[in-house]
Amino acid sequence: MASDKIVTLTDGNFDSDVIGNQQLTIVDFWAEWCGPCRALAPTIDALATDYAGKVKVGKLNVDENPEVTMRYMVRGIPTVLLFKGGKVVDQQVGAVDKSVLKQMVDRHM
Amino acid sequence: MSDTTRSVTIIGSGPAGLTAALYTARANLKPLLIEGLEAGGQLMMTTAVENFPGFQDGIMGPDLMAAMRGQAERFGAEVHRGNVTAVALNEHPFRITSEDGEIHTHALIIATGASARLLGLPRERQLLGHGVSTCATCDGFFFRGRPIAVVGGGDSALEEATFLTRFASHVTVIHRRDELRASMIMQDKARANPRISFEWNAEVVDIIGDGAVSAVRLRNLQTGAHKELPVDGLFVAIGHTPNTALFTGQLEMDENGYLVTSDGPKTSIPGVFACGDVQDHVYRQAITAAGSGCMAAIDAERYLAHRLGHR
Repeated sequence: MASDKIVTLTDGNFDSDVIGNQQLTIVDFWAEWCGPCRALAPTIDALATDYAGKVKVGKLNVDENPEVTMRYMVRGIPTVLLFKGGKVVDQQVGAVDKSVLKQMVDRHM
Repeated sequence: MSDTTRSVTIIGSGPAGLTAALYTARANLKPLLIEGLEAGGQLMMTTAVENFPGFQDGIMGPDLMAAMRGQAERFGAEVHRGNVTAVALNEHPFRITSEDGEIHTHALIIATGASARLLGLPRERQLLGHGVSTCATCDGFFFRGRPIAVVGGGDSALEEATFLTRFASHVTVIHRRDELRASMIMQDKARANPRISFEWNAEVVDIIGDGAVSAVRLRNLQTGAHKELPVDGLFVAIGHTPNTALFTGQLEMDENGYLVTSDGPKTSIPGVFACGDVQDHVYRQAITAAGSGCMAAIDAERYLAHRLGHR
């Protein structure tokens, strides 16, 4: 069901795909067992479509990727971090409205 | 969403909203249900629900909600992902605005529920997702072997504390009084748990941490003494606020913002019905929410039959 425009991020590819990438990147930290993450998933899919070619959208499973999760001190999900030039420039926690995430992204475009 | 005028629109997708959708769908009213941000409602944040009749061995909250949704859809309810941003209840049919546009509806059922309340401390929002949480089942996982605290003294606080001992090395329950509001069964469970201790007559005055929570500062309400409690996580379970911002100035509310209903689910505007936690600060159970959703559906059906000569 996840959009094919979404990159699956892992402890293995995070540095090359996000840190070493100058493009604006949305990273959704999630897990299977998290209800609000499921609620947010269609919004993340929609962002990947809306910003196709302009903003990279990735999802990172916190169960399978503890290293990146710990590095950004993520202790709650869903958490969406926005990266620019390899650094965190903004964040949203919880299942938020699509317009909230769009405003966050647009501020940094 | 089609732009024709709907017979009935439901806002909210917890037990109240989905039950209203089930009943109005079975009455052939082709309801539109707009899920809202917290799709599935508060039960999406729980684990086993042990008190919903019919499930002898309990059922997981998210599974119960998926089943309720599937059941409503089976009878033709249209469930729409999205969030309502404005309503106009001073015109007929009522006008509902969401991110995806505007629709009109002859009857409206409000089931927007209530959301967890925060303490209102300056650093709290900043540290949400980095140690501050309102959802133990979502975030307990991150505190394996770490000390944490839960603020609150009601059933949900003790339920969270008990659940969190699966992960945390120790859970401190911080409560403003020296006795708990929680039911005896929850109290007994928590008091018997060796990994739970209590800070009585205490309030959190500050959350300490750079990037992530490292401690909370407590003030004793009897002595005024301050102390620091080193924790990696702070779970806030101090009650709920009804989601009624959309209706301010349009519907009658009580001093806490709950919608006022009379004669069952009727609000101060004919044709607008409210069910579930948005109008109930007393019972707040999945089963009472579902029951009131059923009442709202039946009254909406009667209203439409009377007003439009439906059916």
